Amino acid sequence: MKILTVQNLSKSFGGIHANRDISFDVEEGSILGVIGPNGAGKSTLFDLITGFTKADTGKVKFFDKDIFGISPDKISNLGVGRTFQKLKPFADQTLLENVMIGAFVKEKDIKRARDRALEIIDFVDLIEKRHHFAKELSTGQRKRLEMARAMAIDPKLLLMDEVTGGVDQKTIPGLVELVKKLKKTGVTIITIEHNINIIMEISDNVLALDQGKRIAFGEPKEIQNNKQVIDAYLGTFDAA
Amino acid sequence: MDTKLAIAKSEPIWNTNIRVISIIAGLIILLFALPLFGMNSFYLHLFIMIFMHAVMAQSWNVIAGFSGQISLGHGAFFGIGAYATSFFYMEYGVTPWISIFFGMFVSAIFAVLIGIPMLRLSGHYFAIATLLIGISFQVVFQRWDLVGAASGLWVTMTPEDSWSALQFHTSKAPYYYVFLIFFLITFFLVWLLSRSKLGYRLRAIRDDPQAALSLCINVSNYKIIAYVISAIIMAPMGSLFAQYILIIDPDRVFNIEISIIVLLITVLGGIGNVWGPIIGAAILVPISEYSRIYLGGTGGAVDLIFYGLILMIICIFRPNGLISFIPKNILERKKQQ
Repeated sequence: MKILTVQNLSKSFGGIHANRDISFDVEEGSILGVIGPNGAGKSTLFDLITGFTKADTGKVKFFDKDIFGISPDKISNLGVGRTFQKLKPFADQTLLENVMIGAFVKEKDIKRARDRALEIIDFVDLIEKRHHFAKELSTGQRKRLEMARAMAIDPKLLLMDEVTGGVDQKTIPGLVELVKKLKKTGVTIITIEHNINIIMEISDNVLALDQGKRIAFGEPKEIQNNKQVIDAYLGTFDAA
Repeated sequence: MDTKLAIAKSEPIWNTNIRVISIIAGLIILLFALPLFGMNSFYLHLFIMIFMHAVMAQSWNVIAGFSGQISLGHGAFFGIGAYATSFFYMEYGVTPWISIFFGMFVSAIFAVLIGIPMLRLSGHYFAIATLLIGISFQVVFQRWDLVGAASGLWVTMTPEDSWSALQFHTSKAPYYYVFLIFFLITFFLVWLLSRSKLGYRLRAIRDDPQAALSLCINVSNYKIIAYVISAIIMAPMGSLFAQYILIIDPDRVFNIEISIIVLLITVLGGIGNVWGPIIGAAILVPISEYSRIYLGGTGGAVDLIFYGLILMIICIFRPNGLISFIPKNILERKKQQ
C-alpha cells in the first residue's frame, strides 16, 4: 500500500527552482533513500512534504488524504514525523522533557507521557542521559534525541534529514543500526543521506535529485548503475 | 523490562525533596504570621508591593519566559483590571470581588484581539508592536471622559473598613493578606501550568517553534493561549492595586514603567522559571523602595542609576538570573542516577 504519493511537486524561490516537477511514491513499511549533491533540493522536498514550505504546484497524498497546503502541525498530527538537517533540540530542556513534548500527542496524562518517553529513550539507547540538557549532548546523541522525539508522536511516516551528517565515523554504525531497528517497528522512513554506502545498505528504493529535478528513482542497484546519477553525484562510485 | 528503564519509570514525577517542601511550607506560614508580630505600615506596604510585583512578573513570565514572546505592553492588562474594578464599583456599586473577574474577562478578550494579529509577528517585531499597544491604551484612557479621562477615577471611600468594598483605612494588614493569597494562588497555578502538557508545549515553542510544529503543536494558537493566561494573571493585580490606593489615572496604571518593571524583575530573578519572579520581586522591590527613600529626590535620579547598575551587574555575571545560584536539582525533579 502506498503511504505517500508525490506528484509534480514544484517550488521556486525567486528565479531558483528548488524542486521541479518531482513525482514518486513510497510503499508502507519501506525505506526510501534520497540522494543528490548539495543544493539538489532534498531538504526543500522534505519541507514541502511536511508543510514547512508551501509548494507552488503539485500534489502530496498521505495514504488517501491530500495534505498539500496543510500546516505542519496538522500534517504531523496525521502521523508524519520529521527530523531536521540543522538539529533543532529544545536546548534548555532535558532529553526526557524533549521526548515528553512529543509523547503528549498520544498521552494526555503526564505519568503516561513520561513512561512512553522513557521507553522511546531506551529504544534509542540514551536512557542514562535522560536528565541531561539537550545542549549538553553530543551531536550523535542529539541525532538520537531528534529521532526519539519524532517517534514519540507515533508516526506512520518518518522523514529523517541526514541521520549520519556531522557525526564522527565511530558513531555512524550505531545510527545506521538504529534506523534499521526503527524500520522493524513498522514505520515507513524517508531519509536523506550523503553516505552512499549507507543508502545502498538500508534503502528499499532510492530517489536521486539534481538541481531540483528527479533524475532517477528505483532500487539501489539500479540507481547505482544509472548513468545520470553517476554523472551528477556518484562519479566513479565503487560499491566495495 | 530492562533494569535501567524500570528504575527510570520508578522515579517520582514531582520533587519529593522533603527539605525543600518543608522550607516552602515554613515560609508560607511565616508570611501569614508576619503581620501578627506588629509590622509597621511601611513594612506591610513593602510586602504588599513585593507580592503584587511578583504576580505581575509571573504574568509576564508566562508569555515571555514560557512561550518566548517578549511583550513590552503588559501594563495594559494591569490598567484594564484597575479601571474595570473601580469603574463598576463607582458606577454600579459592584463589589470589587466580582469586578475583579470582569477585569480578567475584559483583559482576556483584549489579549485575544491583540494576540491574533500581533502574535503572527515574532522577536523584536512583537516586542515593538506590544510596546505601541501599551502606549495606545494610555492615550485612549487619557481622552476617555466616561472613565475620567486624564484625571482618572477617585474610588468612593467607604466610611469604615469594608471587606465587601475591599477598602481598609485603619490598617494595611487586610490588604497584606489579600495580596498574599492572590500571590500564593497565582504561584501555585503557574507552577502547575509549568508542569502540565501546556507548559511543556509552551517551552517547546520558546526553544524552537519549527521543531514544535513538527510535534503537532499549533504554535499560533498556543501563543494566544499563553497571552490570554498572562493577561488573566495581570488584571487582578490592577484591580487590587486600585482598591489599595483608591485613585487611578492613565499615567499611573497604564504607565510604560509597569511593563518594564515586570520584565526587569523576571530577568533579575530568572526568566522561564516559576521561582524567578518571586526572587526578583523580593530583591528588586525593596531596592527600589529603599533607593527611592535614601537616594531619591536628589534631582540626579541617583536611585535609578543605582537600580540600573544592579541590573547591569546581574545581566553580565548572571544572565540566567539569581535563580541560577540555586542548584537546579534542588528546585526541580530529583535525579536518581
